[in-house]
Amino acid sequence: MNIAKLTRQAVLALLAMPLLSGVATAYELTIPSLDYRTGPYAPNGIPFANGYGDYLHMLNERDGGINGSKINLVACETAYNTKRGVECYENTKGEGESGALVYQPLSTGITYQLIPKSSVDRIPVFSMGYGRTSAANGKVFPWVFNFPATYWDQATVFIRYIGEKEGGMDKLKGKKIALVYHNSAYGKEPIRTLEKAAEQYGFEFLQLPVDHPGQEQKSTWLQVRQERPDWVLMWGWGVMNQVAIKEAASIRYPMDHFIGVWWSGSENDVLPAGDAAHGYLSGAFHQPGGNFPAHDDIRKYVYDKGMGLGERDRIGEVLYNRGLVAAMWTSEAIRKAMEIHKTNKIKGVHVRDGFEALDVDEARLTELGLPGFTIPVKITCENHEGPGKVALQQWDAKAQKWSLVSGFYEPLRDITAPLIAEDSAQYAKENGVVPRICG
Amino acid sequence: MIYRETGQFKSSYESDQALFPIKQDRYVILGVLIVTFGVVPGLLNEYWLNAILLPFLIYALAALGLNILTGYCGQVSLGTGGFMAVGAFSVYKLMIAFPELGFIPLVLLSGVITAAVGALFGLPSLRIKGFYLAVATLAAQFFLIWLFNKVGWFFNYNASGMINSPPMTVFGVIITGPEGDMTGKYYLVATFVALFALVAKNLARGRIGRNWMAIRDMDIAAELIGVRPLIAKLSAFAVSSFYIGMAGALYFAVWLGSAEPTEAFDINQSFLVLFMIIIGGLGSVLGSFLGAGFMVLMPILLKNIMVDGFGTDAALAAHIEIITVGVLIIGFLIVEPHGLARLWRIAKEKMRLWPFPH
Amino acid sequence: MMFFIEVTLSGLMAGVMYSLVALGFVLIFKASGIFNFAQGVMALFAALTLVGLMEKFNFPVWLAIIGTIVVMIALAWLIERVMLRHLVNQEPIILFMATIGLAYVLEGAGDILWGSDVKLLDIGIPQGAWGWLWDQGIYVEKLELFAAGTAAILVIFLAVFFQKTRVGRALRAVADDHQAALSVGISLNTIWVVVWSVSGIVALVAGIMWGSKSGVQFSLSLIALKALPVLILGGFTSVPGAIVGGMIIGVGEKLAEVYFGPMVGGAIENWFAYMLALAFLLFRPQGLFGDKIIERV
Repeated sequence: MNIAKLTRQAVLALLAMPLLSGVATAYELTIPSLDYRTGPYAPNGIPFANGYGDYLHMLNERDGGINGSKINLVACETAYNTKRGVECYENTKGEGESGALVYQPLSTGITYQLIPKSSVDRIPVFSMGYGRTSAANGKVFPWVFNFPATYWDQATVFIRYIGEKEGGMDKLKGKKIALVYHNSAYGKEPIRTLEKAAEQYGFEFLQLPVDHPGQEQKSTWLQVRQERPDWVLMWGWGVMNQVAIKEAASIRYPMDHFIGVWWSGSENDVLPAGDAAHGYLSGAFHQPGGNFPAHDDIRKYVYDKGMGLGERDRIGEVLYNRGLVAAMWTSEAIRKAMEIHKTNKIKGVHVRDGFEALDVDEARLTELGLPGFTIPVKITCENHEGPGKVALQQWDAKAQKWSLVSGFYEPLRDITAPLIAEDSAQYAKENGVVPRICG
Repeated sequence: MIYRETGQFKSSYESDQALFPIKQDRYVILGVLIVTFGVVPGLLNEYWLNAILLPFLIYALAALGLNILTGYCGQVSLGTGGFMAVGAFSVYKLMIAFPELGFIPLVLLSGVITAAVGALFGLPSLRIKGFYLAVATLAAQFFLIWLFNKVGWFFNYNASGMINSPPMTVFGVIITGPEGDMTGKYYLVATFVALFALVAKNLARGRIGRNWMAIRDMDIAAELIGVRPLIAKLSAFAVSSFYIGMAGALYFAVWLGSAEPTEAFDINQSFLVLFMIIIGGLGSVLGSFLGAGFMVLMPILLKNIMVDGFGTDAALAAHIEIITVGVLIIGFLIVEPHGLARLWRIAKEKMRLWPFPH
Repeated sequence: MMFFIEVTLSGLMAGVMYSLVALGFVLIFKASGIFNFAQGVMALFAALTLVGLMEKFNFPVWLAIIGTIVVMIALAWLIERVMLRHLVNQEPIILFMATIGLAYVLEGAGDILWGSDVKLLDIGIPQGAWGWLWDQGIYVEKLELFAAGTAAILVIFLAVFFQKTRVGRALRAVADDHQAALSVGISLNTIWVVVWSVSGIVALVAGIMWGSKSGVQFSLSLIALKALPVLILGGFTSVPGAIVGGMIIGVGEKLAEVYFGPMVGGAIENWFAYMLALAFLLFRPQGLFGDKIIERV
């Protein structure tokens, strides 16, 4: 019987699984990559995962890994689904001799799952600019890092940008700002910050939720058309971005008054709208484009050997670069951890120390082949969100590329800091966490 | 040879009406229970417990619930995700408000709350039937999720609308929260499932269960012989939601630990549980378990074989996995439309005659 | 007032977009009693194939459309051969389940064949606000107007097909009574291939319209969920029901979202559509235009 045979083989393979993964000759650094290359959000997950993986593979090929220890990138498909994310986490956390060193969950839902687990398993979670904003408080969340900036930082930076364009923060009074958001934990993140800002600066704040997946947004944009907000902010994801930009174009909303979060500002989001998307703005904390020396190294060491994860001509897309910058900070934290503990045989618990001593300044960025690519980041025990600075990028539909159009703004810390303190205190209380003492 | 009922004489009504009238069945069940409670926790590591067995057991409980409604009473429902959310949010609010009651009573209580909500959304079933009803139950699904996502009271006005389960203990063992003991969790969930599987089996063969089946087979005829559709249908909705609510509570509090309504309880959840009972077998307790096993294990098994066994690229493996699950579903339906439970029954028949089939 | 008209118009047209998806469901349900869950994925698959043919093989638009139609017909034939043929006379819920399996297969196959990136679909359908009405102060999307026109043509085409052609009559005979149709010599298998092909083509139309709006990507398959309330409102077996039902749902949900939504926090469209359909069902359990359910003991 064929099926019986197959089943038997399958069961054997499954049983042999833990044995297979244990075989390793040299000390390898296991870095799991929770990809999502399937499902509704795959178009965004693919370039990120490619950038993340390509950079780490490039380190392996060019430098023989980090300080001579090879990186073992373990890809696990989550389909942006929390349950599968949990399975991936459990499956990969004990992988190899080092065990998983750091997780990049790449989804708000999975991040929330991993936050409590991380402190038990002592593996740091690097939710780069997403996930739980109050994890910025390293005293309450010792294992979670969300630098270089949080959603709340970003929301206040948008308000600062708007204030600047309107000719001063006092001009915000009486203005109307709408937020079109993905009706989920992720999309709701900036609401509280914007409400605070609205109170402080006296602008009117309009909330327009869009349900997953967000293919049909007619009523949202009809409301925008009727209310005529001066500015529209968007916290969107997946197909919602494309449809929103298109609808905004259809009702002839001025694109340069429409600002998306950094997850709503990739090539995927603006291309379907064609020329109409010209001038659309979005948040950013790194440069777009694929002409940095590090990109050249990726082409040379990875793609020329046929090991690239994606297509060569898509190197340098916004989300690709985001994956790359995540890999860069991750590898730097691992390097730092090796320095601190004076050994290559580090584990997740050591990488946390590496993150907390992370200091990637402009000089280091240049050494890494990424001069001016992003903002200098310095992490400490209590501050896990880093600089919190955000810039704006704009889409040029003719040239078909994004470019930064502003400098990096400081967030309005007088708004975000109390909110972070309040939210992390609530978490600490609900979950019985005693804040640790730093330094 | 080994599976034969000759020689087992029933000398009293009790023994004739026992839950498992055949001796071998009793041994098998006993064996399964011993393995479940005695052997498994010691044998398996955390990955197995947390990533495979916990979801399997919790989904089996949900599938049991839906099977009561769909398999026994014939009312197709696509509101399972929404009802699980009711259970999860009930247990969350209760854990915050009345932690002194203890975890197990709170889970039961959230089941009761879900039962009430389920009965309410079951009302249209008195008028609407078949696929019309199935789609109409989606109204419950979408409305409930919207409610939990929108009304701050349900998630204690948390900024992102996520709920986190606070740590709670059962018999001194931490069950919920990040510090939760894996083996303790497993025992708790397995006990719940085993206990309520027995309850379901009993319900199904009792008066109420036969009423349900009469309604399923032909509701007008059932009405004519004196089954009251109002009571039968609503009780099916209530009992089914009770199970699903408990499953939702365990799913959130014990397994996931934190949940966001739009993602953890979305419509895919409803479909998933429906798949389980169809694949497993409608109107069968065993089928609920087999179906849950199939839908939980098969994707993970396929993934592990392809990624770890053959080193397939993770993305390609995911695509192949989707296709394979689809093909398997179609294949099973063609081979045995009445589900995996039916295959087991056929196997049992064969075993009875073995080794002399003629 | 202007705004009310605008919302109503947009609702009507959004409704027609839903109807396009619902039509495919109706066709298959009518002819075979199968609730085809894979309809949404079929729309995705068709659109993916169309874009794939245009991008990878540089087909001109018309050739790509013909190519896709051929693919959809081949798919229908395959589905009948491999799946439906073996499931004759099964209960509706089993057939429903089988189409879910089919949805999985198509989803995976589409991704493997054409990749999961967002693909642009531009076959020259006009887009953006309609200038003339815009000047009158009303916003109407050209793409949706075009979709409404296409839907009208499609319905006329289907009506003629059902009423006037030999195959169409056979189809209706099968819809009325499988056994009687068999006994007068109509081949069920052929009919099924035909009806799945037609609904594959309808799926292509839906895929083109929705895909032009958002780019072709996985989420396209989720539009099926938008079509379900339309289906129960209009009745599973009625082509005009799908159109009228779509319009009622479209207008109803847009008005509710715009006028009632802000009071309760918004995003009520999804459940409101189902509640609306449910409310109708309580009065007509078979949908607005569905066949009367006659039950005998």
